[in-house]
Order: sequence, then structure tokens, then C-alpha cells
Amino acid sequence: MGRITLRNVSKRFGDVTVIPPINLEIGDGEFVVFVGPSGCGKSTLLRLIAGLEDVSGGVIEIDGVNATGLPPARRGLAMVFQSYALYPHMSVRRNIAFPLKMAGMDPSEIARKVEAAAAVLNLTGYLDRRPGQLSGGQRQRVAIGRAIVREPKAFLFDEPLSNLDAALRVNMRLEISELHQTLKTTMIYVTHDQVEAMTMADKIVVLNQGRIEQVGSPLDLYRSPANLFVAGFIGSPKMNLIGGPEAARHGAVTMGLRPEHIDLSTSDGTWRGTVGMSEHLGSDTFLRVQVEGLGMITVRTGGDSGLRHGDAVCLTPQPGRVHRFDADGKAMA
Amino acid sequence: MATQHSRTAARLMISPAVILLFLWMIVPLAMTLYFSFLRYNLLMPGMEEWAGFSNYRYFLTDPAFFTALRNTLVLVAGVLMITVTGGVLLALLLDQPMWGQGIVRILVIAPFFVMPTVSALVWTNMFMNPVNGLFAHAAKAMGLQPYDFLAQSPLLSITLIVAWQWLPFATLILLTALQSLDREQMEAAAMDGAGPLSRFIYITVPHLTRSITVVILIQTIFLLSVFAEILVTTNGGPGTASTTLTYLVYVQSMLQFDVGGGAAGGIVAVILANIVAIFLMRMIGRNLDA
Repeated sequence: MGRITLRNVSKRFGDVTVIPPINLEIGDGEFVVFVGPSGCGKSTLLRLIAGLEDVSGGVIEIDGVNATGLPPARRGLAMVFQSYALYPHMSVRRNIAFPLKMAGMDPSEIARKVEAAAAVLNLTGYLDRRPGQLSGGQRQRVAIGRAIVREPKAFLFDEPLSNLDAALRVNMRLEISELHQTLKTTMIYVTHDQVEAMTMADKIVVLNQGRIEQVGSPLDLYRSPANLFVAGFIGSPKMNLIGGPEAARHGAVTMGLRPEHIDLSTSDGTWRGTVGMSEHLGSDTFLRVQVEGLGMITVRTGGDSGLRHGDAVCLTPQPGRVHRFDADGKAMA
Repeated sequence: MATQHSRTAARLMISPAVILLFLWMIVPLAMTLYFSFLRYNLLMPGMEEWAGFSNYRYFLTDPAFFTALRNTLVLVAGVLMITVTGGVLLALLLDQPMWGQGIVRILVIAPFFVMPTVSALVWTNMFMNPVNGLFAHAAKAMGLQPYDFLAQSPLLSITLIVAWQWLPFATLILLTALQSLDREQMEAAAMDGAGPLSRFIYITVPHLTRSITVVILIQTIFLLSVFAEILVTTNGGPGTASTTLTYLVYVQSMLQFDVGGGAAGGIVAVILANIVAIFLMRMIGRNLDA
């Protein structure tokens, strides 16, 4: 079980309100990702749930029990920190065993559980090493091992992959997703990387300045962003946001159009422009097209596009893919 | 830049400093060694003659020697115990966020800036004096008999004075070590179910071992040569109750004018210091390895 409910939870540091009262429901077994730009309060929110910070107001319930005033250890949650926070003077074995030892578990039982966790995480050969002798990915796994041996109600991850290199990050992303499939335990994962959010989450919570901008499945957020912030944040490269008369023509103050929803042609189309910078990724090419009256528009096209800097092109928005936003930045139906 | 040529040049250029340092150490040591084999008394100048090991024999069979040896070790061990425990506790306190942190830290460091002679005088006359001392007044206020610290437990009193001086040093080193402790480690331990005491034992103390080692090594070097505090307070007495090896060497050479005997005592003290150093490095030296 691992159902977590936040009711009007808020956090102030002195006079600064970091998190205005928010409500959130996290179901049992869900993989929830808190995503947002740095300083949006996502880590603070996680620390509030963990009990590492005191809430300034509101109620946190875990499995229906009020946990607001409980110390971190009694909430039954486990956390993986950004810096891994391994104990440098202990071997991997003792690191993983530490929470069990603190719980006063029988040594033979501890040994059995540590071996089991090490087997799951491919750490069996490293149990007698110190954290200082491990690579980044291995340390990450030790930190996860230390979390899973406790069989917590929920796992909290605080930007766990941000210290790894790109290739390793993709691997660990898959491993964590697989771990979630195996354990079926609630996981809350904090990241600033929207790709991590899109690929791992059952449910994404987009945060901005402490407020929840939108909650939904990755595809919900992609298909129907509730406001300009979510529209700009989810999706890579960013959605093109166009204001002025062109937006007014669609009956909106701002119109949004994703780079992958624009058709490219050299002969005819709605807008005319010249190709500026282009990014070749092999499978895709992202063109930055300077369109008269609209400014820079990013367009996705195939990897073998022969277009060069300075070429004239025509762009056509795909029908039904245009997002419309009103003066407050809210999405219009 | 590590070519053969640059390495030779580097050795050449560093050699004056190395030679100077070497002479700095070896000349006094050699002279002490030389004097220790002479019958050399300041009351009979110009009568120096070769004495063989007799100076050593007299020094080592002096009944005061073993008392002094014991006193030295007791003093060093006592001060180390007080400063390390007290230092850890004070550092833990000072690490807490509080109002006026800067001023409090300066106050804590202050004793370290007081000269040993001065602090010993202040302690003897203002605190431990059985007539005028604050402790005596406090005892009388509670209707107790004032305790004559320096007469009744001289070594303990000196240990307390020296510990008071060295406590700031230990506190300072341990405080900086505490501040370098990763906050996330503490939080991880808290999430793992470790209470404040377990966190202290399993996270803080292991983190501090290296700094504690440094404190012990540095303090031992200085504590083996504690002198001013003894001269000012008890003159090594009553009897030899607070005579340390350093003080015994002083008595031998300056009060009995026996330079040869003093030099022999000095060499014995050097050997003792080395034995202590070897033991210390064996016991705690591996903590310094990264």
C-alpha cells in the first residue's frame, strides 16, 4: 500500500512562500513524476512528503493516516538522494543493511535481504567495496538498494539521474521503470528533465513557482496542455508559440503549434520563410525557419532533409493540431 | 614540464632550503647528544671531561625519573581525553544555528590566544587559590571547605589548565569537520530510521575520525613539551607530584647546573616522544589514509 494524499499543503521559509496551498492525490502503485524548472518547489514538495521539512500548513496523509507530524523514519517511505548520500565509511553491504539494522532486524535476516537486493541490482560482486570505489551508476544502484530493502510504502527519488552521463541515464531510467514494474510500489520521482518525466511517469505533475500547473498522463499533457506553461515545458523541442494577428485569425491570443505538427514544402503552404539554423539528429532534423510576420518557427522534418541555410520553404500547420490559449494563458476548448 | 632537465633544476633550487632545514634539526640534536656524554657542570666551567653513559645512568636511576615519565603520560592522556570529548560536544553545540554565532565562536577560540604563562597565573590566582580563588569562594558560599587544588591534586589541576587552553583548538578543527558533513547523509540516515544517537554514532563519529586523529597527533606533539604551566603553578611539586620529563630536564640543567645530565634527559625525552609517536601512528595513523 502507498496512497499519499496532500491536502492544502503549503510551505513558507520566513516571509517567502515556496509552496502555496496545494492538493494532490497519489494512488497506490502509481509512478508519479514532479517536473518543473529549477526553483519551482518540486524538491521541497518531495521533502515535505518525506518529512525532512515541516509543512507550514495542511495535512499529509499516507494510506489514510495523518502523517503530517510524523518524523521521516516513521512514515515508511524510502528516499534516493541526488548525491546518493551513501555512507562513505561503510561497505556496500553495510550501507544497504543500515536501515534494517536501525530497525533492529535479526542479522541472518538482514544478510538474506541484502543478498536478495544485491542480486536484483547486479551488485553481488561489489558488496565488500566502499562507495568511493564504485562508479556513478553503481552508487546509484546502492542507493536504490538501500531504499528497497526496507520494503517501503513508497519510494521518493530526488533527481537521481542528474549526476550520471547521458548513456547511463537512459539505462538507469529503464532500470527504475523495470523496478517499478516488478515491485509495483508507489514511486514519486522529481526531475527537471521533461524527457525523464514523459518516459517514466504514469502521472506527471507539472509545477511552476510552487503551484501545480497540470496533473495528467504524459500523453494528456502532450496532447492537451492546460496552459502556456505546460505547453512550453512538455515536448522537445519546445512548442512554437505565436501571438499577434495570426493567432487572432484562429480566435486566440496565443496559438501553439508543435514542431512535429507542421508540414514542410518547397512549393506552397500557408507561411513562407527561410531556413536558419538546423539541428541534424540523424533520425530527425529540426529546422529553425524565419517566417515573415511570425518570427522563428521550429519545424521537425526527416533526417534526410536536403534543406540548407538560406533556402526558401513553405510551412503548413496540420489541421486540428493547433493549440489555442486565451489572454491568461489558459487553453481554450 | 617534468623533463630530466627541469627535474635536475628543481632539485638544485630546492636544495638550499632542504640543507638549511636539515642543519636546523641536526646541529642542536648532535650537540645535545655530545653534551649528554660529557661531565659538564656550570658550577665548574672548563672542567668538561668524557663521562660515557654515566649521565644516562644517573638520569634513569633518579627516583624522580619514573614519576616524571608517569606524570608526562598521565598529563598528555588526560588533556587529550578532555579536549577530544569536550571538543566534539562543543563543536556539536556550535554547529547548531543560533543567534550571535560569530561572537560565540570568537569567545570559544579566545583561550587559545592567551599565553600559557598568563593563563596558568590567572587560573592559579583567580580560580584555584584556596583563599582568594573563585572556586574557594563558591565552596565557602555553599558551606564547604575550600579545596586547595594545586597542593592536593597538582597534576589534575595542571591537566585542567592545559586542557582549557587546548579545548578551542580541538573544537575548531572538529567544528570545521562537522560543517563538511554532507547534509543529505544525515537526512538519508534519518529516513533510514536512525535516531539522533544512532546518527551520531554511525555517521558523525566515523566522519570525524580523521579530524580527531589530527587533533590527537598535533596536541601530543605540543603536550609532551608542556612547561610554562608547571613552572608558574607548582614548580613540579609538591615533591615531584607534578614533575614531567620536560620539567625534570629543566631542573637537572638549570637548577642543578648539570648540563650533561640535562642533555641526557633531553635525549631520553626525544626517544620517549618517538616511542609515543610510533604507538600513535600504529593505533590511529591509518585514519589519515584517504
